[in-house]
Formats: sequence, structure tokens, C-alpha cells
Amino acid sequence: MSAVKIYVPNDSAARSVGADEVAAAVVAEAAKRGIEIKLVRNGTRGMLWLEPLVEVATPSGRIAYGPVVPADVAGLFDAGFATGGAHKLSHGVTDDLPWLKSQERLTFARLGITDPLCPDDYVAHGGMDGLKRALALTPAQVVAEVTESGLRGRGGAGFPAGIKWKTVQEAKSYEKFICCNADEGDSGTFADRMVMEDDPFMLIEGMTIAGIAVGATQGYIYLRSEYPQACDHLNAAIAIANKRTWLGQNILGSGHTFNLEVRVGAGAYVCGEETAMLESIEGKRGVIRAKPPIPALVGLWNKPTVVNNVLTLASVPIILAKGGAFYKNYGVGRSLGTQPFQLAGNIKHGGLVEKSFGVSLDELINGYGGGTYTGRPIRSVQVGGPLGAYVPVKHLGTAADYESMQEVGAILGHGGIVVFDDTVNMAHQARFAMEFCAEESCGKCTPCRIGSTRGVEVMDHILAGDNVAKNLDILEDLCEVMADGSLCAMGGLTPLPVRSAVKHFPEDFDTTAAKPRQVA
Amino acid sequence: MQQAWDDGRASEIISGFKTTRGGLLPTLHALQEEFGYVDDTVMPALAKTFNLSQADVYGVITFYHDFKRTRPGRHTIKVCRAESCQSMGSEELLNDIKKRLSVDLHGKTADGEFSLEQVFCLGNCALSPAIMIDKTVYGRVTAERVDSLVKGLRS
Repeated sequence: MSAVKIYVPNDSAARSVGADEVAAAVVAEAAKRGIEIKLVRNGTRGMLWLEPLVEVATPSGRIAYGPVVPADVAGLFDAGFATGGAHKLSHGVTDDLPWLKSQERLTFARLGITDPLCPDDYVAHGGMDGLKRALALTPAQVVAEVTESGLRGRGGAGFPAGIKWKTVQEAKSYEKFICCNADEGDSGTFADRMVMEDDPFMLIEGMTIAGIAVGATQGYIYLRSEYPQACDHLNAAIAIANKRTWLGQNILGSGHTFNLEVRVGAGAYVCGEETAMLESIEGKRGVIRAKPPIPALVGLWNKPTVVNNVLTLASVPIILAKGGAFYKNYGVGRSLGTQPFQLAGNIKHGGLVEKSFGVSLDELINGYGGGTYTGRPIRSVQVGGPLGAYVPVKHLGTAADYESMQEVGAILGHGGIVVFDDTVNMAHQARFAMEFCAEESCGKCTPCRIGSTRGVEVMDHILAGDNVAKNLDILEDLCEVMADGSLCAMGGLTPLPVRSAVKHFPEDFDTTAAKPRQVA
Repeated sequence: MQQAWDDGRASEIISGFKTTRGGLLPTLHALQEEFGYVDDTVMPALAKTFNLSQADVYGVITFYHDFKRTRPGRHTIKVCRAESCQSMGSEELLNDIKKRLSVDLHGKTADGEFSLEQVFCLGNCALSPAIMIDKTVYGRVTAERVDSLVKGLRS
């Protein structure tokens, strides 16, 4: 009998709840029983509430067990888990789980299935098909394919990727750059991290295609320092890719050159703003630049530069492999393709759900997410990170696409959804939005730098019940100045969570009310 | 393991990045990786290597939350205070940790073992609240779990 393949994820979320200990226990227990196994450290399947999720390969498919703790391992072997035996932690065949099966995983097609650092695994599951096709096309055709797909920037701004690429392609310069924004600082988002930890070759492939399309020979991945494991995996994957000529001087024998380097940030949220990121890669303070000129023309070291988010670049390989027409069949209106939604915060079944744009927030949160972790009623959800609006329960029917979210005064951002139960105090959340902006502002423009500090003070007055009506007027004034007068989204969007909290949850700001809101 | 500050070793590290484009940040990271902080005494060497003024170098070091100018504890505990973790009680967790370790935010314990820092998002938002100790992330963290992790690192 050949060795049984057992999968224990190596994703940092899985490891945060003990995947390494479980892997060690599985190896030890198998050795003790004389069962020959081959342990594969795969990525996560994205069902994070089931982590550590152990899978066993059987003739009928991979069988899932989770969440497993080391103490369960002996019992699992007793139940014959090495041949897919029944156990109370068993969920049956992983691919048949409705939570996974009903998703539309295009970008995350390999998530959790492959060993992230095994290039053969990558190729066996469709990797490199996009790059091979791109090499058979002219650069203009590659850009046209991306334009055709309707792909929009997944970092939050939603700018059409094809138009950006075309601008860089047509710019005249002896040097151009591809910069991947991997400074995923928004709370509630982790899809970029999953790409980099669990399928890093996909990002490398996407960036290489971008480089060939626009004529850039050097790429940088600007990675936040909070993701050390993503850094290790990317660097290991880049080394392997160089050996396989997936990167370097003569990519797949085509004569094209593209080199890639990881640059690590240093804990500044504002460096997720594209121009601050460019400054930071140049080794400077992460202070934003006024636009125009746009980075597509005057970017890194003042050269034409494509700046795209991880998810944007990670969507490119499948668009090239299957064609723009295939990709735009997903989604609605002008939000085409799929979006990896990230269910986070106080949620029962948190994790990664990739669906076509247009799925409702309710389906994501109550359907996939199963409601709150605490079991209490939902009061509010914040979509799109710390600069995103707080959405009240009455708006949960909203479709998750760029335009529909805007209609209810919210943004989709990077697709992160943070759920709060009814114990949340929305005035405190509004204060935090200002505090966060004050902490993270780069300081270049006054509305953001000073406005946020004043905002914290005003919120403190409101929370203390001091002249509440007058201070709410001042707060609105401040929000207006910040929204209209800030140079970038940091100051410009901080009013969004603040104003949405005031608008939808006025009872929390009425701190002098005779009867404060009661939480049962 | 952090090494004691060593000027010779520091200039060795710095010269390794001499030809790196935009090399100041990678250099600062490398120095911090080796020593746990960036001593003020290297500012002139950094300025010279990267053709910057000392004010520029000072500006960069002080802009980023990650760079420390004094020696931190042997281990650093970062508690996530972003919204997702807030929704799962991170503020209470942070206060609890402060009390249990008798340390304030940005401070270090009396025995120099632990520094306490805040962080805004560790990308583990489906398993909030999250903390990071050195380079390892922990999810669904309780004060009791922190206690046992701290105990494990002390012994």
C-alpha cells in the first residue's frame, strides 16, 4: 500500500490556531501505528472556522476533519481516518461541502488544494497557462484581453486595470515598473495574504504578464511587515520561479526579461495609498504625493509604473488563460468577474468566499457566515476596511458590487466584511475611526492631520455628554472639510465610517438621553 | 535572538545594501532584525551611504511604527486593535494583558522580557481576536492563552 496523503494547512491563520501542533501529532501518531503517510502542508481552503482542517486523500476524494486539536489525533486514527473513516469531526468530501461548492473560485481555484511552494503542483492545476498564452500574443493583445475582461482594481478604487495598463504601455521610457500593492492594511481583509502564502506563483505569474504587456522588466511587491509568512513564501517562490525561468532574463525561452523583488513595509497604514507606497519603496517616508501626475506616467523613481493590488494581479493569469470574455461572464453591470469576499469579525463561519459581484451582503453574512460568533443579533457591519461605512441591518439586502454599495452610501473596498453584534457602541466606533486616522495620517495635508485629532476631541466631548448637539454640528463640519479637502483617501474617507455611524445609529450619540440604549 | 549593538557589525550590514536602489528601508529592517532596534549612532553612516541628510534618515526612522530607537524586550507582543478584533473584544484583551504583565502600551516588562505594542490588523480577521508574538500569529486569543504563551517563553 502506498503512503496515505494527509493535508494539514500551512496558512498562518490555520497555524494561529494550532495547525503545526496538529501536523506534528499526525506524524507522530502515524509512526507509532506503523501507518505510512505523506504529510502535505497545503494552503487553507478558506473555511477558517474549521481550522486546523485536516484532509485525507481517499479514492472518493479528500475527506475533511476539523477543527482538529492535537488531542483528537489518536481518536481520529482509531476511527480509521487514514482511510477516510467516520468521526464526529468529519465533514465528508471537502469538495462537496456546500460552503465551498456554491462558490465561484476563479482566482482562488487552487486555494488549499495545492502545496503553495510546489511548482509542479501549480502547473498540474492550471498554473502558467496564462503566461504561456500571453507570450503567444502581442503586448497590445494582452492589454486588450485585460480590458475586455472588465477587470477593475481590487484594492478598493475599482479603476479599470486595462486602461491603466494601456497608459503605461503607451508611455515612452527606457524603464518602467510593475508595483504590486501588498500592503493589505484594512481590518477584515486577508485575501491578499492568502494569495501570497497559499498560491504565490499565481501572483508572480500575474506580475510577469503585466511586465511583458507594458514593457517593464522590474517588479516590486510592497508587502506589509505584519505578514512574515507571506514574505517567506514569496521569497521562496521567487527563487523557484527564477530557477524554472518563470522569472529572470529569458522567460520560458521567450527572450523577455522580468525580475521581481519583495520590499517590506514598516507598519504604516498610509503606505497602502499608492503614491505613499512608491515613496516607501524608494526608501523615503511614506508621505503621499499629490496627483496628477498619475503613477502610470510618473511613478516609481518617476518612471511609468503599473500599481495594482495583489488580487488584481492574481486575477490576470486566469483572464489570459481563459480569455477576457470568459471572465466577464461573471458579475453584474460594470462590476465584472468575481470578488473574494472576506468574512470577519464577530462571525460564526468566517473565511474566504469568492463569488460573482452582485451577491447580497445578507447571503454572505447570514448565508455563508452563519450570523454572529456570539450568537447575538447583528447590529452593524463595516465593509471595506477602516475607511468603509458602517452598514445597518436594514441595508443587508444590498448587492455587493461597486455601484450598489455606493447607492447606500457605502463602499466595497477590498471586499472585507466585519460583523458587529448588538453590544457594539457606534459612537465609540466613530471615535476610533478618527483616532485611527490621527495615528496613521502621513501628515502631508491639514484636513487629515489636524482634522482627525480635532475629530477625536469632538467625539470625546460627545461621549462625555458635553454640548452634544453643538458638537455633532462641529463633527459634521470637520467631516465635510476632511472629505472635500484631503489629498488622498486616508483623510478623504475617514468621514465615511463616522458619518454612517451618526446617520444610522443616532441613539448611540445621544449621550444625554434619559434612557440610554439597553443591551439585553 | 537579538545581538548586543555592535558598530562594526552594523557598518557591515549597511555596506551590504550600498547598491540597493531605495535601500534605506531594507537596511533599517536588517539592522533591526539583528539588534532589535536601530541605534541613533548609525544615522551619519546611513546618511552617507544613501546620499541623504541625517535629517532625512531621522525622518524615515521616526515615520514608521516598526522602527525602534531603543532596545525592546526580548519578545514583542503585538495586540491587534483594528475593527475586526474589536468586534471580538480586543480592547478588553489588551487591558487584561496590560494588567497581567504590568506593562503599558509601547512599554516593556520590568524583567525586559516582553514589549507590548499595538498593531492594526494581522490579517487573521476570521479568527479574531489576534495577537502576534515575535513573528508568530495567534488567533481566537484569550487572556489565559496569553498567560500560557508568556509562561512558555519565560521558561
